[in-house]
Amino acid sequence: MTKLTIRGNMATALGAKLCRPDVIPAYPITPSTLFPEKISEYIADGELDAEMIRVESEHSAMSACIGASAAGARVCTASASQGIALMSEMLFIAAGMRLPIVMAVGNRALSAPINIWCDHQDTISQRDTGWLQFYAEKNQEGLDLMIIAFKVCEDKRVLLPAMVGIDAFVLTHTIEAVDVPDQKLVDEFLPKYEPELRLDPEKPMTFGSFGTPEFYQEFKYMQTEAMEKAREVIDEVFAEFKKKFGREYRKITPYKCEDADVIILTMGSMSGTARAAVNKMREEGKKVGCCKLTVYRPFPAKEIVELTKNAKVVAVLDRDISPGFGGALYGEVSAAFVNEEKHPFITNYIIGLGGRDILIEDFEWIYERSMDVIKKGRVEKPVQWVNLNEEVL
Amino acid sequence: MEKTVKKRRIFLMEEIKMYEVRFHGRGGQGAVTAATILADAAFHEGKDVQAFPMFGVERRGAPVAAFMRMDTKPIDIKTQIYEPDCVVVLDPTLMSVVDVTKGLKENGKIIINSSKDPKEFNLGKGKVYTIDATEIAIKHGLGTKTNPIVNTAILGAYSKAVGNVKIESIEEAILQNAPRKKEENRKAAVEAYEKTRGE
Repeated sequence: MTKLTIRGNMATALGAKLCRPDVIPAYPITPSTLFPEKISEYIADGELDAEMIRVESEHSAMSACIGASAAGARVCTASASQGIALMSEMLFIAAGMRLPIVMAVGNRALSAPINIWCDHQDTISQRDTGWLQFYAEKNQEGLDLMIIAFKVCEDKRVLLPAMVGIDAFVLTHTIEAVDVPDQKLVDEFLPKYEPELRLDPEKPMTFGSFGTPEFYQEFKYMQTEAMEKAREVIDEVFAEFKKKFGREYRKITPYKCEDADVIILTMGSMSGTARAAVNKMREEGKKVGCCKLTVYRPFPAKEIVELTKNAKVVAVLDRDISPGFGGALYGEVSAAFVNEEKHPFITNYIIGLGGRDILIEDFEWIYERSMDVIKKGRVEKPVQWVNLNEEVL
Repeated sequence: MEKTVKKRRIFLMEEIKMYEVRFHGRGGQGAVTAATILADAAFHEGKDVQAFPMFGVERRGAPVAAFMRMDTKPIDIKTQIYEPDCVVVLDPTLMSVVDVTKGLKENGKIIINSSKDPKEFNLGKGKVYTIDATEIAIKHGLGTKTNPIVNTAILGAYSKAVGNVKIESIEEAILQNAPRKKEENRKAAVEAYEKTRGE
């Protein structure tokens, strides 16, 4: 194992390289551009034996991923924001054809107005495509989750694609220390991809053909069942990863939640700042904890209920917004609790859109709002925006 | 009730006991590389580190900033740096357009690439150190006379002025990170270390 100080994009590229992909079709976009750059360097330097396909758009990138994966190759790519929006059509097809493609994402806001900075709107908007979704807190997680994602996706019980999100700039362009696993250990953990079915001129076969009303619903049911199966596969792979590499992952990781009145639920890089905020507030005697969601699809509803049901308030932070509703995570956490006999108040905070920095004092403010709810015994405004600049409104 | 920026109080980083540095330069001068090399040097001394550019778009010649954060404990926070302990100015002509002391802690340090005496700078806060990194860079053949690359020399000055990263670690990190003229860059840092002047 070597320890390197590297940018988040390089961590995901290195994670991809350790998985020995055969084909990497990619189209560069800020903030993910370093990923295809590193991959092409690895190939040029003879460190990676793979084919890089340079394409004319993200739609074509995903199309090439689908073709290569259907032919039996291990395939990865990288994109962000508008790129993911453009490939949306093909994302549904990759999942419907049950192809275990892994995509590294530099989570970035969507236009308009044009913005290259961090939020989770790009991948959250694609939550119904049938891809698994992982969100990293730091560069180490970005690297590890690439390896984990391939292992989960290629499992015969799953056979679905996955996105691994690292936050734009906060991770993609930030240098952090990262443990790089030995290639030998990764090879043992992730053997060569051997699909049961593949496109082969010697043995012709059709993938993704016409699904008439007699069959379409069954296809979708089986695809959904595979996503359900992914729940146990993810737990198995997390356990195996810990045994092999020593680092522990959970779908949702609680921090100081046992006796907490208020639990703050986060995704991505803000989770580290949340822990620092919880430490500070705990020193002041405040009963607050936080939970980091690493796996968003399949959605770990049971685990969330189990970990947060004894709190008085669960404050759900969304770095995304569905206009006319609220944050995506908020909707899903609320749905997870809806049939429980007793549940906490659930509130939603829209935070950090388009790269607005998320500060320790933002978590303190959210805690204070949560205490208001406890005092009043009701939620007056379920969805609130954090750090709005009123001078601009 | 919505939260407003007006009410924002920046959390004091002293409470977390870490050291934060902001570099000021112009696009193409290597401020980001300086932050990266410093982070690498601190990392090899066993510290946890983060280094990052000013998030966004950079243009050659335009003012840019880069940041470095280190701690003896694992770093959890992912916020940007608002109240640095130290500011490093690669190009003193920036000081007429950029407030380089913005947010600097009262007892903070300012390292300026300048041939002037530190006393000639009256910045109102912080302790000033100067080093003629431009002269040293030109002497060691780093960049050109009109566009010298001063980012390695200024790190020697950082080591002398701040003292929380050893010059040997900076030399090692330069040898590992400099794409070319490794030895010249290392020597420039050592010479700057020796010539740094404080108030």
